[in-house]
Amino acid sequence: MNGNGVKQISVFLENKSGRLAAVSKILGANDINIRALCIADTSDFGILRLIVNDPDRAYNVLKESGFTVSATSVIAVQVPDRPGGLAEALSILEEAGINIEYLYAFVTRMSGHALVILKVEDVDRAAELLGAGGVTVPRPEEVYAV
Amino acid sequence: MYWKEELECMPVAERRKLQLARLQAQVKRVYETVPYYQRRLRERGIDPTRIKSLDDLAYLPFTTKDDLRQTYPFGLFARPMSDIVRLHASSGTTGKPTVVGYTQQDIETWADLMARALVCAGVGPDDIIQNAYGYGLFTGGLGIHYGAEKLGATVVPISAGNTKRQVMLMQDFGVTVLSCTPSYALHLAEVMQENGIDASHLRLRIGIFGAEPWSVSMAHEIEHKLNLMALDIYGLSEIMGPGVAMECPYKNGLHIFDDHFLPEIINPEMGEQLKPGEEGELVITTLTKEGIPLIRYRTRDVAVLYDDPCPCGRTHVRISRILGRTDDMLIIRGVNVFPSQIEHVLLEMGQTEPHYLLVVDRKGPLDCLEVWVEVSERLFADEVRRLEELEQAIRREIESTLGIAVKVRLVEPKTIERSQGKAKRVVDRREVYERERR
Repeated sequence: MNGNGVKQISVFLENKSGRLAAVSKILGANDINIRALCIADTSDFGILRLIVNDPDRAYNVLKESGFTVSATSVIAVQVPDRPGGLAEALSILEEAGINIEYLYAFVTRMSGHALVILKVEDVDRAAELLGAGGVTVPRPEEVYAV
Repeated sequence: MYWKEELECMPVAERRKLQLARLQAQVKRVYETVPYYQRRLRERGIDPTRIKSLDDLAYLPFTTKDDLRQTYPFGLFARPMSDIVRLHASSGTTGKPTVVGYTQQDIETWADLMARALVCAGVGPDDIIQNAYGYGLFTGGLGIHYGAEKLGATVVPISAGNTKRQVMLMQDFGVTVLSCTPSYALHLAEVMQENGIDASHLRLRIGIFGAEPWSVSMAHEIEHKLNLMALDIYGLSEIMGPGVAMECPYKNGLHIFDDHFLPEIINPEMGEQLKPGEEGELVITTLTKEGIPLIRYRTRDVAVLYDDPCPCGRTHVRISRILGRTDDMLIIRGVNVFPSQIEHVLLEMGQTEPHYLLVVDRKGPLDCLEVWVEVSERLFADEVRRLEELEQAIRREIESTLGIAVKVRLVEPKTIERSQGKAKRVVDRREVYERERR
């Protein structure tokens, strides 16, 4: 995983009751804290995406519990908590022709800022462009520790 | 009413003589013309000229679907292609189908036996038969068709599907006989009901239903809903197609046309012959088939033989309704499905050790097949779109192999139960087989 990439843990879930609870229970029992999450779903299945304080251990404990898990490199962006804050960051990527596959916001906030997770093809290039455009891109360790 | 009384009501001793003469000729013929059989018989030290009684049948080797697979496509044909006038095919256990070939004489014999079956059910030259079995490689459509024409009845060769149109023609043409799978008959009844059509206003009187297992209670339901007599027809492409055995209106089991098809019931594990009245696997030797004669073909269908007289006067022995299978084959909407076919597809798609489960259910009158596939780390993608593409790709491949619509469901690992290391491959929620014997 590269320097700017935040390690996101993705879990395959069937669309039935209790699956999300099962994941959070396993993470809780292993003292792993969820920082941000989102679910993309269809009528049959869903993909749970997680940012946690210890992604490597989360990957292992979920895998050992029988889940299908993958680690994906995403980018965290700090945007000012005001109208238009997100738009500034996104327009930088748009102008550079970088396609955003999905994005979601953090549950917690840094003071005066919101944290947004972006999935793009080329994490390093996106980080570079955002940095040059004056957008703060926190390092992965900072994100895990939020 | 009989089609050929002298053959159908032949005294049993006389028929046994005919069977023996035909068996002797048939074994000699396969020995001389099919290298595969010659080798098999030689390995067992069997001299085809020394078959002296029908009891000697028990010494002959079985033929299985696997033999057909190993000799794919034409290896068991006993005639050169110049003599073969038609090919049919059914599902094989992997990607390749099971192929059978017919000579002109075979087609004529088939039409004649199918006419015999129709008359056995009470059909006559004045009847109008709506033939809703599929026409094509499947033997159902063309088999019934030729028999109906031979009998001199009127055939409506509508094939399967387009249910509303089926109902319209049934009304407009004054159709008297319906031939299709029993589940499709129920579906037709449902569509009629939805459209406010009262079956008692139709002229339907006889249903010739087969190509899939069905129970007596389902027969009663169809009779009630379609206002006709529902009779069971049995056949399989390896032996001929529809017209191997037919139920008569006394409903005492299905008369197997044993002047052409010599039946046995065996213990599927040890292979020994069982007595009439005992349940086991039906094994058939074709006595007159020219294109692809088969010796002791293991049908994998579970049935019972009855040799007591039937009030209809026919002296053919009878088989019960099919009570089950000795392999894992499923019959879904008349189509044979082997779990191994689906495994084959998943392996072809690059899955090393696919974990899958077939869930068959009957939603309304029609069967539906769901294929559950466990999402391994290799298959898993972080994006919904990619997983949906995967689901579609698996579905398309399976549908093109099986020829029926399926629903693919991606499931979490270990969802599919593994019993003693071997995964359970099928959950059949339908109750298609008759639980009790007659």
